[in-house]
Amino acid sequence: MQDNKISHKVLFLTLAICLIFVLAAPYLFASNTGNSSEAGIQSNWWFYPLILLVLSFLLGVFAVLAGVGGGVLYVPIVSGFLPFHLDFVRGAGLIVALAGALAAGPGLLKAGMANLRLAIPMALIASTCAIAGAMIGLALPTNLVQTLLGATILGIVILMLRAKKSVFPNVPKPDALSQTLKIMGVYHEPSLDKNIDWQIHRTPVGLGLFVIIGLMAGMFGLGAGWANVPVLNLVMGAPIKISVATSKFLLSITDTSAAWIYLNNGAVLPLMVVPSVVGIMLGSFIGVKILGFTKPSLIRILVIVVLAIAGGKAFLKGLGIG
Amino acid sequence: MGTLKPKVSKEQLLYANILNAGMLVGLAGLLVTFVLYATGILKPFIPLEKIPQYWVLSVHEYLEESRISAGWAWFGNLEFGDMLNFLPIAFLSLLTIVCYLSILPELAKNKDRAYMVICILEVLVLLVAASGILGTGGH
Repeated sequence: MQDNKISHKVLFLTLAICLIFVLAAPYLFASNTGNSSEAGIQSNWWFYPLILLVLSFLLGVFAVLAGVGGGVLYVPIVSGFLPFHLDFVRGAGLIVALAGALAAGPGLLKAGMANLRLAIPMALIASTCAIAGAMIGLALPTNLVQTLLGATILGIVILMLRAKKSVFPNVPKPDALSQTLKIMGVYHEPSLDKNIDWQIHRTPVGLGLFVIIGLMAGMFGLGAGWANVPVLNLVMGAPIKISVATSKFLLSITDTSAAWIYLNNGAVLPLMVVPSVVGIMLGSFIGVKILGFTKPSLIRILVIVVLAIAGGKAFLKGLGIG
Repeated sequence: MGTLKPKVSKEQLLYANILNAGMLVGLAGLLVTFVLYATGILKPFIPLEKIPQYWVLSVHEYLEESRISAGWAWFGNLEFGDMLNFLPIAFLSLLTIVCYLSILPELAKNKDRAYMVICILEVLVLLVAASGILGTGGH
């Protein structure tokens, strides 16, 4: 038990120090070379992609341990602390979230945790609105998008602090739309060694909320797991495991549509995208490995603090203060 | 003896298998094309050392200064390392369309008209997004 406590603290401190070091590296690099940050990076094109690779790796570990999506960490932190323009960060953020969802999707679908019938109608609404969100995001002035991004991230921090979940929500009667679309299912709950039947209600309200989720996902390039899960679980009454898995799979569709808008507008730079995708996927892989012997609550606190700082920084930067 | 696990639907399994195969091909392609690009094996359209000057700009300024064309213009320049990287990115972004199209026959067999309509609409939405007709070129 004592050893466990020590290992939690060691892991927490190691990850926190690594994150601080990676975020501080550009400033240290600039002062060591005696160059201004911009002049330094121009002679070393590989420097920031390398920082992105390491940072994305850490974010991948954090995302798994804290139970959040990679995109929601990636966009505010990369845009807040590294010199990339928000347009490219949002483009890369969407591809990062898309790659993660594509990688996780097949396994979740085969295991029956993600549900295709639940995802398909939500995806149509969310992906259509994500296109609109991406177009709005690329048309609005950067400082306004940055301010809105900061406000959204601070909202997500509040959502995370007050997060509620319902393992098996009570759905006394499915609504007419979900009955017509036959959105219901059964999944195996290993902790109970039992098959759980589930159904949903308030489908029209859920679909309405996916309008907003899609718009925000496209506008900020955040992915949208932070919003998908509460809507599927708390509003529509899907069990938490079905909600989390379906949300992850849903991102592969929502983010695809928004990613095309960023891609077609030139806001995707391979030199940013590939190190970020590789880093976050490797990080997620390691995160899953260490998930079994860590205390996620500690990491969750660290993630909330980092997100609050990044959100605050984005908000102030947008207002021209930061 | 444990409880028998429920089976997933045929269309869900089909979707998962196609997604899995496509995802592996796409991610492998992403790595290979990036190595060709970053190591200089394939000459980039924009020199690597110039990229840091561009990533601090808005996408509109970047397109103007780099004189690069947005949209599908990269498809005509696949001999350049950086442009070749867009191939696996586009492949991964087209994967969902392939998955949706692949489950349509199964939905038709089950006479699941509502889902057929939703799937066709989704494919149309994604095709419109991919086509670039919604505008290219940034702010």
